[in-house]
Amino acid sequence: MIKTDALIIGAGPTGLFTAHQLKIIGLDCQIVDNLDKIGGQCIELYPDKPIYDIPAIPECTGEELTQNLIKQLEPFKIKFHLNERVDEVKKDKNNWEVKTSNGTKFSTPNVIIAGGVGSFEPRKFSLKECEQFENKSIFYSIKDKKIFEGKTVTIFGGGDSALDWAVELSKTSKVNLIHRRDEFRGAKATVDKIHDLAKSGKINLFTKYQISGVKGSGNLESVEITHENKEIKTFKTDYILGFFGLIMQLGPIANWGLNLNKKTIEVDTEKFETNQKGIYAVGDICTYPGKLKLILSGFHEGALAARACFKLARPNEKYRFEFTTSSKTIKDRLGVKSD
Amino acid sequence: MTKITYIEHNGKEHTIDVQNGLTVMEGAVQNDIPGIDADCGGGMACATCHVYVKDDWYNKLNEKSEGEDDMIDQAYEPKKNSRLSCQIIVSDKTEGLIVYLPEKQV
Repeated sequence: MIKTDALIIGAGPTGLFTAHQLKIIGLDCQIVDNLDKIGGQCIELYPDKPIYDIPAIPECTGEELTQNLIKQLEPFKIKFHLNERVDEVKKDKNNWEVKTSNGTKFSTPNVIIAGGVGSFEPRKFSLKECEQFENKSIFYSIKDKKIFEGKTVTIFGGGDSALDWAVELSKTSKVNLIHRRDEFRGAKATVDKIHDLAKSGKINLFTKYQISGVKGSGNLESVEITHENKEIKTFKTDYILGFFGLIMQLGPIANWGLNLNKKTIEVDTEKFETNQKGIYAVGDICTYPGKLKLILSGFHEGALAARACFKLARPNEKYRFEFTTSSKTIKDRLGVKSD
Repeated sequence: MTKITYIEHNGKEHTIDVQNGLTVMEGAVQNDIPGIDADCGGGMACATCHVYVKDDWYNKLNEKSEGEDDMIDQAYEPKKNSRLSCQIIVSDKTEGLIVYLPEKQV
């Protein structure tokens, strides 16, 4: 059980700056994120797109913004738990007990949800029948490629993940690659490779087809695909892989007893606290009258939530407002010299 | 102002006047039409403003921009007449446009 003054869910810009604000006022914190890297939407959705409305930064990309925020956090050596999704938040006396998908447990008086538009999850097949085979014969990510050796694997998708795995698995498996249109969106070299492998018969390529059925009793036996012009094909397969990118879902947050408004969490504008004492929501995921989904609003919300955390983390101390320009205590925390 | 009709998956129709220059996505969001999420705010970085354009309209619209099809690959149940509504600009040419909303966006 990890004890911390505050746990931040989400390593996007708002989560990162909230961590900065907590450390500045002398609280410790750790950050959990479902993605495998720091940066949230800025990195996952638009790393190369310029942003023009960060105060005092006329123009920067999502990646540059993330790099600068990480740099700003360097003095504090924050512990990140990436590739972990927070699944449970339960009350335990004065603290919240938090459990992640990897089984990491935290005990903390303060949970700050900086979850953007929810957690990124792989998009799944919309066919209902696929659910019964999920994680047995139908996968949306690969943990152990050995299970596919010598088997027939049917891959759906047209991006880098689908193409890379088609190339890789074609070495030891029989691979069918199916995409809904003729053009692939992967790297050109990989796309060329796919066409070569298709020509030499190493990969069976079907374009303008989409999945329309799966069959099997217990184990998956066959898959049915339908062409744009309604023509249907059925073939035997041991495994199906779907690579359709990531979608954002509120996920387990919906089960924590918080007041929700569509896909956002209702908060007050003093502490950015939810209806649960000690649980805050900041950034795109929170809502209140006048809410703007801007990065700069997330920074403000995080700064205020951090101050609110102080009360619960240090009930016997009084919070004193200080400026980074003049406070010796803050400069010590930052590891910079005081005048 | 240009009339755009949004038809929900359950058949419910919304015909609204949308200001020229806005996108079909913005017209929906500003008028609280359910069924368009637009998580990324119009950056063509997600696929949650996905619509099906009524067939005879599909070829009359501005061409898909580079990358739009790549995002549509990641939409829920894409079809031949799929578009991202954040990439369709409302103008006099789109007067009477009809779009169908998918069963869901995510």
